[in-house]
Amino acid sequence: MTLNMLKAGRTATVKGIYSKDTERRRMVDLGILPGTLIENVMASPLGDPVAYRIRSAVIALRREQAELIEVEEEG
Amino acid sequence: MSHAETAIQCGSCASGCNTAHLAKLGIKTGNWDYVVALAGNPNTGKSTIFNALTGLNQHVGNWAGKTVTRAEGAFTLGGKKFKLVDLPGTYSLLSTSVDEEIARDFVLFGKPDVTVVVADATRLERNLNLVLQILEITDRAVVALNLIDEAGRNNIKVDERSLARDLGVPVVSMAARSGKGVDELLGAIEQVSSGEFQARPHRIKYTDDILENAIDTLATQLHGQFEDLPNARWVALRLLEGDESIINAVQTATLGTVRAANVFPPLVQLEAR
Repeated sequence: MTLNMLKAGRTATVKGIYSKDTERRRMVDLGILPGTLIENVMASPLGDPVAYRIRSAVIALRREQAELIEVEEEG
Repeated sequence: MSHAETAIQCGSCASGCNTAHLAKLGIKTGNWDYVVALAGNPNTGKSTIFNALTGLNQHVGNWAGKTVTRAEGAFTLGGKKFKLVDLPGTYSLLSTSVDEEIARDFVLFGKPDVTVVVADATRLERNLNLVLQILEITDRAVVALNLIDEAGRNNIKVDERSLARDLGVPVVSMAARSGKGVDELLGAIEQVSSGEFQARPHRIKYTDDILENAIDTLATQLHGQFEDLPNARWVALRLLEGDESIINAVQTATLGTVRAANVFPPLVQLEAR
């Protein structure tokens, strides 16, 4: 599944990033790498963007960015 | 760290104390001896440190993107005048947003005498990305490990000495809000700016010969075209990475404030894989 499908309060592990070039660089700089744990903290009122906890900082990602991050939900 | 030469008893405390000689000059930034840049992730306390050193009241707030351009202030210490530049908070110097470009251009082309990288001790792993990127650009850096009080409350202990040894630059634990570590930071800034402390910053080694050759070839050409380029190797890496803003700056000869001797020829095609 991709990160945008992760429900509020749930945590997932990053498996891969589909974005390229500067967009990919951006994700890596935000600390999103294979193996990183990401928690869906809450959605904004309109549902996009969503706030995620990534390596102890809360960072908002737009749906189109979250769609390019492959994750596996934690049991 | 010993500041035996500069420390004079100030009466109010038993130990030698730098703050006694700190004169906060606010916005009187003319005729400086040294330029100090303050960089760091968003919300790590850069502006709090900026205010503690300059006596200014640069707006401090608990949200990201507050310092959108750079703020400047000044202080004197040990008879030298320091200009302090507060840069926007960024996670990186490599992506392409306006604030990252401001921070990157200043650290690279502004040639600060010291770059203080403010890191959040409670989120050290995240903060070290920017620290390493800055150490790739400059070897005159100090890491200010801020919010150490908050880290303590969360049972996080940071081995500051090992960190300093691994990074090759001074590391100062701070709680800037309460003034803790300000003296030590000033001492480190003084030592790095005067050259008394010779930093040996951690640099990432590339083991690939083809990549190293490509970097060398490009760096040599860049040096030929841009006089006084502070770190041609770093610029070469960005070109190989395909960084649009750097490619554009090289092609139009507007790389930072560096004047090209003449306009760079069309980029050489390199097999960088």
